Amino acid sequence: MDINRIDQIIDRHNCEASSLIQVLLEIQSENHWLPKQVLERISERLEVPLSRIQHIATFYKAFSLVPKGRNEIHICMGTACHVRGAQNILSAVEDLTGIKPGETDLDLKFSLETVNCLGCCALGPVMDVNGQIHGNLSPADTEEAIKKYE
Amino acid sequence: MSKILLKIDGKEIEAEEGMTLLEAARDGGIEIPALCHHEKLEPYGACRICTVEAEKNGRSKLVVSCVYPVEKGLNVTTRSEKIDRVRKTILELLLSHAPDSEKLLELAAEYGANKDRFEKEPSFCIHCGLCVRYCAEIKGKFAVGFINRGSRREINFIPELAATECWNCKECFPLCPTSALQAAYVFTEAQFSENPAFEANSGKKN
Repeated sequence: MDINRIDQIIDRHNCEASSLIQVLLEIQSENHWLPKQVLERISERLEVPLSRIQHIATFYKAFSLVPKGRNEIHICMGTACHVRGAQNILSAVEDLTGIKPGETDLDLKFSLETVNCLGCCALGPVMDVNGQIHGNLSPADTEEAIKKYE
Repeated sequence: MSKILLKIDGKEIEAEEGMTLLEAARDGGIEIPALCHHEKLEPYGACRICTVEAEKNGRSKLVVSCVYPVEKGLNVTTRSEKIDRVRKTILELLLSHAPDSEKLLELAAEYGANKDRFEKEPSFCIHCGLCVRYCAEIKGKFAVGFINRGSRREINFIPELAATECWNCKECFPLCPTSALQAAYVFTEAQFSENPAFEANSGKKN
């Protein structure tokens, strides 16, 4: 990620230490992860110790310190989705992308994650890609849905 | 500063406003065990070993004496069957993390804690935060901090800072009630000297 872009984001928050989480969130959503150089730059500009930034960045699940793919797939493993065959959807996605939950593929196209409930149990089994919900899935539907993402 | 009168173990104690129960008791010569307390650092309340019973208006409750401020007319008990039971369980839980810590074993002998009661998960760190707070509050270096949360929480040195700041300081080492801190430092040092670029690699896509 470009250092100027990071400075731009920090400047928009007036270099205030209290905006640390907002800055991290914005960079996370643009870059999909937080490289160490970025954290060092934020530490310098906001005058917050690096150890405190690390504490916060590792505390919240919204932040990632390892590279994430352009498309983030979340597959619901909650009870309702589970009984409607979430495991089959997960296997289908694993086969299509070649990655397991928690992993990212080499060309940074997909990251796969399982979640415990997306809050729309009537649509189960559910998959969320980049915030877009795909419900009532069959393994065949899943394949079609995944193919649309570049 | 106004004076506050309270009773600790039946003894009349005069304390200053804003003091904690632990400080007042120690001033009055009453010993309360504590692992995460350090007189130069801000109260933290992590280890809960210093739990005491505080009674006011006929109601008593268990409070953590290192963070509980003194109150007028409070009647504090620092040792009773109930408190011993609480401390025993806390020790047993801490011992599942650091089974060989001398400080913990000493206390365990006093309170009859069985170090094998819970399944061992030797991370050695009991999250007292002494090293983290000492580095931040006294030294102002922030070379060591916590990462992750819940059961995965651990202390972590910033390798670049540790390489320049820690070698000549190491003042946090004797504070550690277990051996986790030393272990974490040696580990960081070993990783860093073996491959100084190991952290930088993670950001090469930048």
